[in-house]
Amino acid sequence: MSKGTLRQILLLTDGCSNTGDDPIAISALAKEEGITVNVIGIVDQGHLNEQGISEIEAIADSGGGISQIVYAKQLSQTVQMVTRKAMTQTIHGVVNKEISQILGEEKELEDLEPEKRGQLMEVVDELGETMDLDIFILVDTSASMKNKLPMVQEALIDLSVSLRSRTGINNFALYSFPGKRKEVDKLIQWTPHFDSLSGAFKKMSTSGVTPTGPALQEAVRLFQKRMKKRGTDEDERFDLEETGM
Amino acid sequence: MKMRDSISKKQECKLLPNQRVVGKWHKNSYRIIKQLGYGATGTVYLAEFGNELVALKIASDSMSISSEVNVLRHFSKVQGPSLGPHFIDTDDFVTTQGVYPFYVMEYIQGESFLPFVRQRGAEWVGILIVQLLKDLEKLHQEGWVFGDLKPENLLVTKKPYQVRWIDVGGMTRVGRSIKEYTEFFDRGYWGLGSRKAETSYDLFSVAMLIINRSYPARFEKKGHDSLRTLLTKFREKTELKPYESIFRKGIKGEYSSGLVMRKELIQIIQTTSFTPQVEKQLKSPLRKQQKGLKKKKRKKKKLHIVGFMETLVVASFLLIIYILYLFGQTM
Repeated sequence: MSKGTLRQILLLTDGCSNTGDDPIAISALAKEEGITVNVIGIVDQGHLNEQGISEIEAIADSGGGISQIVYAKQLSQTVQMVTRKAMTQTIHGVVNKEISQILGEEKELEDLEPEKRGQLMEVVDELGETMDLDIFILVDTSASMKNKLPMVQEALIDLSVSLRSRTGINNFALYSFPGKRKEVDKLIQWTPHFDSLSGAFKKMSTSGVTPTGPALQEAVRLFQKRMKKRGTDEDERFDLEETGM
Repeated sequence: MKMRDSISKKQECKLLPNQRVVGKWHKNSYRIIKQLGYGATGTVYLAEFGNELVALKIASDSMSISSEVNVLRHFSKVQGPSLGPHFIDTDDFVTTQGVYPFYVMEYIQGESFLPFVRQRGAEWVGILIVQLLKDLEKLHQEGWVFGDLKPENLLVTKKPYQVRWIDVGGMTRVGRSIKEYTEFFDRGYWGLGSRKAETSYDLFSVAMLIINRSYPARFEKKGHDSLRTLLTKFREKTELKPYESIFRKGIKGEYSSGLVMRKELIQIIQTTSFTPQVEKQLKSPLRKQQKGLKKKKRKKKKLHIVGFMETLVVASFLLIIYILYLFGQTM
């Protein structure tokens, strides 16, 4: 069998949710489903309110992922860094769990002497390079995001360049929210890479609502659907035994 | 979750001058002298270990630092001098805030790369790159790629002047994807290649080191034809002119190895004089120069003729006077 698949939701937003279920709760649910939620908060000229920032951090926290607040200009490098870090973090988490099982409760990587830790890191690196990755990108397209979308587009193509250089197989899906009629709109169906995203963000919403919670909920649902389709919905969270450790 | 706080949320560990850092496992004691710098994965301090000066890097994240230690170790074992700093020790520093992993390496004293090449003639950037390419070749032979190659990761040591790299955080095994990069030096950013770790990835960054010499503030990409942007910017700086072929081939990924690039670069430095007067001559095409030379020669010929005539006139004049004198004598 393959080494299993890492699953991530990457949420790009510039503010606080203002309608529907609590995105922090949905994010916790995603984590239970073995999906990591990473959030990137995009700021314009330093105006992202305290409430927005704390929500962004809380969503990533409860989703077992990483959050980062960033200026639109630095988006490209941040997107790829957050994705990569989150992958390593997930693998690291599983490795830690294994260590606790072997060495007993409360033991983790740092309780190993540095030499052994180094050997283990080689394995973590190797897995990060070779595991498959499904990444569901959820872009906030509410009115205030309008001028940031070209930068988002560029950052996503850049992410595709980065991930394509890995050995493992990648799959991207791109959705935006709020949708015209539904919570989210599908922009690009699962695809191995983004070649061009020009025109992807044409279907812009101009409404002021930001239904982050419902959008995340829909993302989780779509992920589950994909797992079922593949017929591997029992325990898709990768198991280290499969990797031959 | 416990896992999380050992990774991203932990506070960075600030060390103060004269503070002692004693490792949990190996019990070595280091006295901190001052901070040297900080990077993506941690902060580097100058420290004293016995009577020796060392560089100590401390991180809040045990993962990335373990990778770096692996790389440092690897090259300390296999290679002789020059492939990055020597590895000395790795350990954990236990404080009340938590456990901070650190590693210790050789302290390399030197001048920063960019100021060094900016203060000197354009030949220096070429010479340092010749040195660098030798080390890169060794690294590539070992199956590694430097990755995040930029002036900030290089130092020039004295007596003799020698370039050395100081940060191994971006080193990646050939065939994997590049771990760390800086946009200006990254071919992926310019749309001129993938982020797969291969020889040509490093050689792209090497080429960008040359152009960075004359654009210390760097610049951003504009439009889709990055190749053209880069070449245009390069040509705007006349002092870089001799390196144009190296730069062009480097950014286009046309070098199969650092050795080939090095050979060509040596050839160029040997046959070019970088002093300003000669640069002016180089600017005008050779043909024009030759034409000019011919003109001068012709003028000289004319001068010869004029001179000959003059002598003739003077001689005949003297001859006439002499004849008159003779007549005078006979009369």
